Amino acid sequence: MTAPLLEARDLVRHYRAPGGYFRARGTVRALDGVSFTLHAGRTLAVVGESGSGKSTLARQVTMVETPTAGELRIDGRDVNADAAYRKALRPQVQMVFQNPYASLNPRRTVGQLLEEPLAIQRRCTARERRHAAYTMLAKVGLRPEHYSRYPHVFSGGQRQRIAIARALMLRPRLVVADEPVSALDVSIQAQVLNLLMDLQQEFGAAYLFIAHNLSVVRHIADDVLVMYRGKVVEQGRKHDLFAHPQHPYTQALFASTPRLRARSHEERQTLPLPAPESWPLAPDSGP
Amino acid sequence: MALVEIRGLHVDFGSPARPLPAVDGVDLDIGAGEIVGLVGESGSGKSMTGLALMGLVDAPGRVRAERVAFDDQDLLALSMRERAKLAGGRIAMIFQDPQASLDPCYTVGFQLDEAIRLHGSAAERANPTARRERAVSLLREVDIPDPPQRLHAYPHQLSGGMAQRVMIAIAVAGRPRLLIADEPTTALDVTVQAQVLALLARLRREHDMAMLLITHDLPVVAETADRVVVMYAGQVMETGDVPAIFEAPGHPYTQALLDSIPEHNEGRARLRTIAGVVPGIDDRPTGCLLAPRCERAEPICSSERPLLRGGGAHRAVRCHFPLLKP
Repeated sequence: MTAPLLEARDLVRHYRAPGGYFRARGTVRALDGVSFTLHAGRTLAVVGESGSGKSTLARQVTMVETPTAGELRIDGRDVNADAAYRKALRPQVQMVFQNPYASLNPRRTVGQLLEEPLAIQRRCTARERRHAAYTMLAKVGLRPEHYSRYPHVFSGGQRQRIAIARALMLRPRLVVADEPVSALDVSIQAQVLNLLMDLQQEFGAAYLFIAHNLSVVRHIADDVLVMYRGKVVEQGRKHDLFAHPQHPYTQALFASTPRLRARSHEERQTLPLPAPESWPLAPDSGP
Repeated sequence: MALVEIRGLHVDFGSPARPLPAVDGVDLDIGAGEIVGLVGESGSGKSMTGLALMGLVDAPGRVRAERVAFDDQDLLALSMRERAKLAGGRIAMIFQDPQASLDPCYTVGFQLDEAIRLHGSAAERANPTARRERAVSLLREVDIPDPPQRLHAYPHQLSGGMAQRVMIAIAVAGRPRLLIADEPTTALDVTVQAQVLALLARLRREHDMAMLLITHDLPVVAETADRVVVMYAGQVMETGDVPAIFEAPGHPYTQALLDSIPEHNEGRARLRTIAGVVPGIDDRPTGCLLAPRCERAEPICSSERPLLRGGGAHRAVRCHFPLLKP
């Protein structure tokens, strides 16, 4: 197999938790030694509950933050070692967010939103940008007349199409999608998932797909990474992982997920989690 | 005799001359101790139905109905004051975002005490010590660890799952006969969701409490509810028992909803979808509400609105060409 597009080695990200009157300053280990590889054109799903470090991982991969320790390699080179390399990579790594009501600037028309990444990168003339925006609109299933409209006239599903179109304008090699369909209705969710898969076929981008809905993950992913409290508890090929979950947390996650098909009582009982949600949430006292 | 009996419920917005129906003639029965799942996409009117039953629809919304009865009592004939007394007491409601439903300025104990003071038994209302004991036992009942300590906690100190448990404790303080749960687990992690759903099922069993579970999540309904009501654009499209309705849906919309869930598409490269979007409140089609999006639509579908046929609690379908004969 060829070299991976993205490789994380022992990625660590700590945050300082502010101290209060009754609480010492602590360290939150949001990411605590995460390693994985992602090849071009493939989809790696990251699964876990809130606080597991999924979104922290997204911030490291999109180079918005610098990891506390560990290496993030794209095309085999450490992105945090070389500022010029990092800068060159930025257009190649794009992001789609969960809430398309918050992620689109309400004061920009769809056309402006789509052309902005191209304008920032100064790749082409205004005319070419305009042409690229119209082409992309068609690809994500929107109509040419939508070009001059503002985000507020669109439904949630259409907005997410706009957000996806914007992320793809620079033809990124890696798209980080943080819960891109969880704010959408089921019928719209299916449309957007299909769109994401079609666009991956067409552009060959790799997806780092963050989600909590296992049935969505089962549909879209090639590989799955299960996170819990900043650590990877299990990772593997989708088929193996869904057929034979090894870790007790993964098993608990599967058992907790409601199904349409009737399940036996044993199958659906709520397993006690390895560590129940603590009360109140206290940051680990770290180094 | 059903615990809740709703006939021809309408909730209108817009001007009286040109009303915009959010809920458009909904019939709904809930038996004592029964869990009814009210399912629909955004804009289907499912939440508005719950709010109308609770008496919480604010102006400019207007509620009218042929009949809204609870425990054989006509709710429409009650005064505002009597209605308000019922809400939070014998009919209770919990919402999607527990952190937003709790008051950040007061402790869990204070907010529980308030609910017991208003809706508890006569003995509890009169006696602060009895109220405190009840508050502790309520927290214990919803599986909150170390209840006496938790009375002093403020909402921001609670995780989402714990906050929803506190909300449930407050809701059941008045020993309700009906709990309206509007997307109670949508904001929670899947493991916590399973715990909260198990808790609600247990409370129903132990107190013979009926529940109206409002959600967009079909698998949640499939595992929790006894019966399902599927709403679309303000109207009921289909009702039926679980699991029969999921195994053999009678309405093309129910079928299409099921088909768009990844679980129903194993082995397929693409998910099946429903083309188009839910019609807005001001551009509802004159014929069948689904006609513009339905693959099986015939000419009659876009000219004539079908009736909800079949009747009874067990299966009714609003379609000219149902997938199975009711």
